[in-house]
Amino acid sequence: MTTIASPRDRTDRPGGPRRSAGDMPRRSTARSPHQPRPWTPYLFLAPFLLIFGTFVLAPAVSGIWMSLHNWDFFLPDRPFVGLQNYVDLFTPDALVAQQFWESMRATGLFVLLSVPLLMAIPLGLALLLNQRFRGRTFFRAVFFAPYVLGVSVVGLLWQYLLNGNTGLVNGYLAQLGIAEAVPWLTATPWVWVSLVGVTVWWTMGFNSVVYLAGLQNVDEALYDAAKVDGAGRWAQFVHVTIPQLRPVLLFVLTMTVLASANMFGQSYLLTSGNPSNETRTAIMFIAEVGLEQFRMGLAAAMSYLLALLLIVVSALNFLFLRQKES
Amino acid sequence: MATTIDRTGSAARPVATRPVTARSGQAAGGRGVVGTLLLYAMLLILSVIILAPLLWMLSTSFKTTGDATALPPQWIPPTPSLEGYTKLFADAQAPLLRWLGNSVLVGVLHTALVLVTASMAAYPLARMRFPGRRVVFALIIATLFVPGFVFLMPNYLIVDGLGWLDSLWALVVPGAASAFGVFFLTQFFASLPAELEEAALIDGANRWQIFFRVVLPLSRAPLATLGLLSFLASWNDFLWPLYVLFNPSQLTLPAGLATLRGAYATDFPAVMAGAAIASIPVLILFAFVQRFVISGVARSGLKG
Repeated sequence: MTTIASPRDRTDRPGGPRRSAGDMPRRSTARSPHQPRPWTPYLFLAPFLLIFGTFVLAPAVSGIWMSLHNWDFFLPDRPFVGLQNYVDLFTPDALVAQQFWESMRATGLFVLLSVPLLMAIPLGLALLLNQRFRGRTFFRAVFFAPYVLGVSVVGLLWQYLLNGNTGLVNGYLAQLGIAEAVPWLTATPWVWVSLVGVTVWWTMGFNSVVYLAGLQNVDEALYDAAKVDGAGRWAQFVHVTIPQLRPVLLFVLTMTVLASANMFGQSYLLTSGNPSNETRTAIMFIAEVGLEQFRMGLAAAMSYLLALLLIVVSALNFLFLRQKES
Repeated sequence: MATTIDRTGSAARPVATRPVTARSGQAAGGRGVVGTLLLYAMLLILSVIILAPLLWMLSTSFKTTGDATALPPQWIPPTPSLEGYTKLFADAQAPLLRWLGNSVLVGVLHTALVLVTASMAAYPLARMRFPGRRVVFALIIATLFVPGFVFLMPNYLIVDGLGWLDSLWALVVPGAASAFGVFFLTQFFASLPAELEEAALIDGANRWQIFFRVVLPLSRAPLATLGLLSFLASWNDFLWPLYVLFNPSQLTLPAGLATLRGAYATDFPAVMAGAAIASIPVLILFAFVQRFVISGVARSGLKG
């Protein structure tokens, strides 16, 4: 019981050891009534920092190192090439540059096509689910269900449904009198319709649930006030729901842009990057170069380039979000 | 303290305390019979869009290869058959139940590792003062903004160096380095009142006892959320297992199912049987825990 030292005692004993003003906590929530043994916090942190250091910090540095070398997994010699891997990616006639930027184009196109739909459709769904009706929990679960299946099941399932010759979708279209089979998985623009459509089917429930939580945090009094002012449903949506939801909207936007920019499984399973690599996304190309051809230095350079782009995008989003909140 | 968290869970909203008439636009009262019918019509159409593909998967898995591509589409298998299932179960290259087991094992171990390491790391970051705290926290948070694929190439080499290529450890451990769990729990721990700790310290408890007996029991909800999100992420992980696992018996479901496309390219009943076995256990599990999964996802969204 000798260690009793409530916060009040500190001010009573100004001369006490290790109780200088510099040690005073700045936030009351993090106050600690007595000093822990100096190594205690580090012991708590150690297991995570070990894993974090091994699989995040070390690779972040060694990845840059790799990208400066002609690093082949199977070759003993990994000569230093400086920025050559990066230069290659910006050399217009180099094959790898053409392929890389084609894959960046595929990723960019997918982001542009999928993000608006993945923002708007789940919002509509969330507004629907935010009404009060019987079976609300049931429908919410149904809409979320595809997400728990994972991309592999979703990919296999839709590859079959969208099969040009024998798929269910074309089967019904034929019954409706559309005789010519739609090449859902083999020709543009249909491949993009398929990839975006399947992604919406798979993940719309996820975004809806995030929106729904945001909607339920909107103060009812604001709707009441708007109603008193004679606002209709649409005016309430524009002047209350949207502004109140802004932080959630920006969060969903950031998350969805990142998820779409990371697209891999859908292209891998549904189109295999076809037709002629048009739907081969950046991640898919990086994985091919690095983990199938084992030109890992080049692949690392490509990852850093794409990451830089994405970090800029999400940092802008984040700053925007912070600004709006304050 | 818990109320700030629970507020985001949909069920916890104090609905009953407000008179129904006050819940203007969103309430059932503001909707006529036509509106209600319209609402249910939309919900029904959407449900069909979601569920029909899943029913088709199940139906096809019980068909013969010929019936699977018959036109017009047959929802009830004309000649019910277990061909698809028996074929898969007889195939040593596609040990489906083994894949299922691997996926569950990896998911459980990964989740446990995340919960232990993230909660231990979050506790001092949220509630202790020590040299380097700011630097460590900033370093962890900074990696929230770094896309995971940056670590793909170097981690492949690191995992190889550890002898974990073609081993399930490659799926259990590296993912636990994610900053999200630490960030998520630090925020929650920081919201706990200081009085709880002070009382325990006065009673002579040390930091470890406080962590295990005070902080963790108060954090069941965020821990459950983090656990479910970690399990889902591990369960759905596709790219990494596809490249670090090779032997058919070592694969997880996502990587294994992808191999079916080659061997059973046109054998739709077999492929759908594989997809059905992969999805039915999760869907049943989801049916039971859907409230927690959904409130977990909602909560993670509001935290960000």
